[in-house]
Amino acid sequence: MEFRDNEAIYLQIAAYISERILLGEWPEEHKVPSVREMAVELQVNPNTVMRTYEFLQKQEVIYNKRGIGFFVAPDAAAKVKAYRKERFLEQDLPVFFTNLYLLGISLEELQGLYEKFTSDHYGASQKKES
Amino acid sequence: MIEIQELSFGYPGKPLLFQNLHLSLSQGHIYGLLGKNGAGKSTLLKNMVGLCFPRHGRCAIHGKSVSGRPVDLLEDLYFIPEEIYVPALTPQKFVSSTACFYPNFCEDSFYRYLQEFEVPQHAVLSKLSFGQQKKAIIAFGLAANTRLLVMDEPTNGLDIPSKVQFRKTIAAALTEERCIVISTHQVRDLDSLIDRLVVLHEQKIILNSSLDEIAEKLTFATLPDTAGKQVLYAEDSVRGKQVIMPNLQGTYSKVEIELLFNALISGNSSLLNHLKLTEYEQAF
Repeated sequence: MEFRDNEAIYLQIAAYISERILLGEWPEEHKVPSVREMAVELQVNPNTVMRTYEFLQKQEVIYNKRGIGFFVAPDAAAKVKAYRKERFLEQDLPVFFTNLYLLGISLEELQGLYEKFTSDHYGASQKKES
Repeated sequence: MIEIQELSFGYPGKPLLFQNLHLSLSQGHIYGLLGKNGAGKSTLLKNMVGLCFPRHGRCAIHGKSVSGRPVDLLEDLYFIPEEIYVPALTPQKFVSSTACFYPNFCEDSFYRYLQEFEVPQHAVLSKLSFGQQKKAIIAFGLAANTRLLVMDEPTNGLDIPSKVQFRKTIAAALTEERCIVISTHQVRDLDSLIDRLVVLHEQKIILNSSLDEIAEKLTFATLPDTAGKQVLYAEDSVRGKQVIMPNLQGTYSKVEIELLFNALISGNSSLLNHLKLTEYEQAF
């Protein structure tokens, strides 16, 4: 796994796990690799992975079965989505809006582009339910 | 786990390498020890493991002075020097002659590590290449299962796949009871593996912080222009100025260990003050 320089490694590992969940590769009650397995796989300090797991536990995305390990929590995908949405609205959207404003892009123009993008990439039929 | 207090040390007839040096290391962490050539990294490690004896002050492990070389400390620590010595023995013979000094030695894990590092199991150690010898000793040191593992430049001489395997093996070896100390110049080999950074400079430890704390206090960036910015340290590079600034927004940037190291040893007091000042502020 290549790490980016602008985000804490523990959050990048959290994003990696969240993606497995959103893609359905790790369904609810799926066992998450142990801290050690994950640290070895990613060649990072186990304390970093522990921080990731504590963070995801706080977000109720995974939970700890004492003595057995970590598992994907019920409703994990919804929790991941809610968290990502909040971060998107707080962090990315203001930058995006600033650009729209500065470049004078109207909402109508944007809507057209958005519709074209979704039909090109996801097809009209597989529209994501909200 | 390790408490070094008021340590002064110099080789006979030579100036002091350390003067009134303090350092405290705890279990459950991988420490990266950095210092310039000749700063005394290897000598500091030797003081930690009872191979050099302080002129003043002391180095204690679990409260016991190391310089008395008590057996219960020595059997619970393993030191891998930069220049290793291997006898003309096969791994198996080496185990039967040496493993008895380490009560927690696990022979199965030794052979497993050798296999992971692709070191031939039946060859005479002294006939192997330097890199292979080093990996054999690393395998032995890990299999000794000591609570303290000290390595001086362990990745020197290792090829690219061996460095990957080294990181995996060390990541797996860290437990809450273990303290791993690695001195290195190859920070890129280890920067996601170490979680605490220790810098030795001009007879003292000038930094002992977790990388998370450093990232909370400092921002590392490459900027085309530093005008109007509060810059603590800057270096020119091809892509622009590489800078260290106070982290005022609470955003994260990767700690550029090489840049930080250069800043610290350049005698940049504003940077050190910023690291210390925020510590002071947070304490209240």
